[in-house]
Amino acid sequence: MSAIDTIPFETGIDTLDALESESIHIIREVVAEFERPVLLFSGGKDSVLVLHLAAKAFWPGRVPFPVLHVDTGHNFPEVIDFRDRTVARLGLRLEVASVQDYLDDGRLQERADGTRNPLQTQPLLDAIAAGRHDAVFGGARRDEDKARAKERILSLRDEFGQWDPRNQRPELWDLYNGRHTVGQHVRAFPISNWTELDVWRYIEREGIELPPLYYAHEREVYRRDGMWRAVSEVSPARPDEVVERRTVRYRTVGDMSCTGAVESAAASVADVVAEVATSTLTERGATRADDRISEAAMEDRKKDGYF
Amino acid sequence: MGDALFRFATAGSVDDGKSTLVGRLLHDSKAILADQLESVARTSAERGFGGEPGAIDFALLTDGLRAEREQGITIDVAYRYFSTGRRSFILADCPGHVQYTRNMVTGATTADAVVVLVDARNGVLEQTRRHLAVVALLRVPHVIIAVNKIDLLGYSEAAYTAVADEVTTLVGELGLPEAHVVPVSALAGDNIVDRSANTPWYRGPALLELLETLPSLDELETELEALRMPVQLVIRPQGAVAHGVDDPDRFRDYRAFAGRIASGTVRVGDRVQVFPGGATTVVTGIDAGPRELDAASAPQSVSLRLADQLDAARGAVIAAAGALPEPRRELDAALFWLGGRALRPGARVLVKSGTTTVQALVPEIVGRRDLDSLELEPAEHLEINDIGQVRVRLSAELPVEEYVAHRRAGAFLVIDPQSGATLAAGIVTAPVTPTTGRAGNTSTTRTTTDTEGVAA
Repeated sequence: MSAIDTIPFETGIDTLDALESESIHIIREVVAEFERPVLLFSGGKDSVLVLHLAAKAFWPGRVPFPVLHVDTGHNFPEVIDFRDRTVARLGLRLEVASVQDYLDDGRLQERADGTRNPLQTQPLLDAIAAGRHDAVFGGARRDEDKARAKERILSLRDEFGQWDPRNQRPELWDLYNGRHTVGQHVRAFPISNWTELDVWRYIEREGIELPPLYYAHEREVYRRDGMWRAVSEVSPARPDEVVERRTVRYRTVGDMSCTGAVESAAASVADVVAEVATSTLTERGATRADDRISEAAMEDRKKDGYF
Repeated sequence: MGDALFRFATAGSVDDGKSTLVGRLLHDSKAILADQLESVARTSAERGFGGEPGAIDFALLTDGLRAEREQGITIDVAYRYFSTGRRSFILADCPGHVQYTRNMVTGATTADAVVVLVDARNGVLEQTRRHLAVVALLRVPHVIIAVNKIDLLGYSEAAYTAVADEVTTLVGELGLPEAHVVPVSALAGDNIVDRSANTPWYRGPALLELLETLPSLDELETELEALRMPVQLVIRPQGAVAHGVDDPDRFRDYRAFAGRIASGTVRVGDRVQVFPGGATTVVTGIDAGPRELDAASAPQSVSLRLADQLDAARGAVIAAAGALPEPRRELDAALFWLGGRALRPGARVLVKSGTTTVQALVPEIVGRRDLDSLELEPAEHLEINDIGQVRVRLSAELPVEEYVAHRRAGAFLVIDPQSGATLAAGIVTAPVTPTTGRAGNTSTTRTTTDTEGVAA
């Protein structure tokens, strides 16, 4: 067998190698020990990273699980396009849990603030039950939020998807305990230990493609809650808000109704790495309206079955 | 090559200032961003922290759960991340309360170093002993004792020396490797990032200097140990080759053993031995995704191709030829009992070691470790937070080793077969009897096959 890309051996591995190896180990453990895993895939950089790691973990075989997108109906079109291209490229099966369907038939009601992120929980749990998924991979990272900093890599959820932070299983060495009883499932977070900067450095190193929103582009925006919000059908400017064209990029990609952009001239991966390395704001603090509600916004959503 | 990764945990008794130290370390290494600092400052002001305007309660940075902030205590491990250019750090901030010792064990099992805080005014407390005993039994490679609140004693060398001597004595009793003792004030920032002018009598490094320079576990294990890799799964794409692979026919007969290297280095051409069966073969290829490697080391995740078609699956172990331990069904083990229900002799449990889970029986509890005397005393049962010595009978042979000789080959989980809960962290030890037992003082002699009747 001829070498495609033989790299010389050097003793010691760097941070990205160590993180990559840890994540691949976790992904393989979950696939080996669970019947029907699924990956939550939004087209955001963290879920793209998990998918890239899964492709490496099983190469030259296929990624042995489907992907699930919880579609709020408020997506950036570029992200849906990216999602569909990625799924086709890797030959994956895509499951979609649609918040819009729930709103249309009355199972959910639109919130007064128009934010749909909290509405994702029920369609997510229903999709997990319908797919009989016993393990759900997510791209959550511990550096994102104080509550996420407390969650285990394998996190046991009951039939309501609830997280019980007072009663987590000890997670010892690299021995993961995925046992669960009927009705329970496990959320698996293979990139728990990556920081935003690690993610970007790795994207640069591996040449991973992302939706174009992550790089600087011109867009019609207005200022709300200290963030630049895109003008769109689902997030129109109020009469008192001034619409202007600015060069922005997104640090996180989520529901259009609650995700803000940052002013940025970072047009390439290398520019983004440099920008993130010197940023004085956290990515969620800078871009997520829903996490600003209270000190415990994320903890409360997780307890209710959120990612 | 970029910077290396280093994992450390903080421990110590309640109120010894752990969360403040963590906050200080993050703040002074500029790992706290403006919005986090603003949020913490706002909450600190609302609660009237410190009495002075602008004073910040650093504990708010890591106590991420509502219950923790309300009670002002740390319940569970919080992971924080920072880097200094020389190293990237993963910090596990562990709880100090006795009832949350299980969470401290969680933080310590993956740590390259543990920083144990001691309040300079109080010296060694019960929880300090407990945490150091855990650190000793888990063989955390480096122990750093941060003698904290030295500012409250007027930076007195004599006061520091008294505590440092007490700690050093305890460390010796526990059989720990050399501990690094540093006088610090987490609140004032002395000797955290830089050496402090307030302690001219202290000539050692600041805390962060130590963390930047001590060798990590993998650096130590790669050098010292023979290859060992538990097999997670076998990759055999057959017809289902991944999209985008240029030449699918080339991989029609591809078959590789996927796993994370637990110790040592493997090179193409190396002779290896495979459990079960012990057959010897040769490594013909090492794959990391589409890249072929000449060699790989712990803790890399790879796929190994072997010359012979061996009947091996998940649970197999690939080791350097001659380095595969004799498989065992009977173990002497120390258990950190973490579960809600007590362990009694005759208990049926599951044991997870490497990538294998087997049924097991605990026929005998040899004793419980008294954390004051550190002696093993007779015990009828083990309760939550107890450290005990037991014998374990496995339903199938496993190629384990003593933990002191090989961490990843000697560590296991005890799992409740009904609820699936993790009941204990286990480590394989030499046989221990109540009269001889001291924490950490286990023989490094490898016991083989049947250990029944073997005396210590």
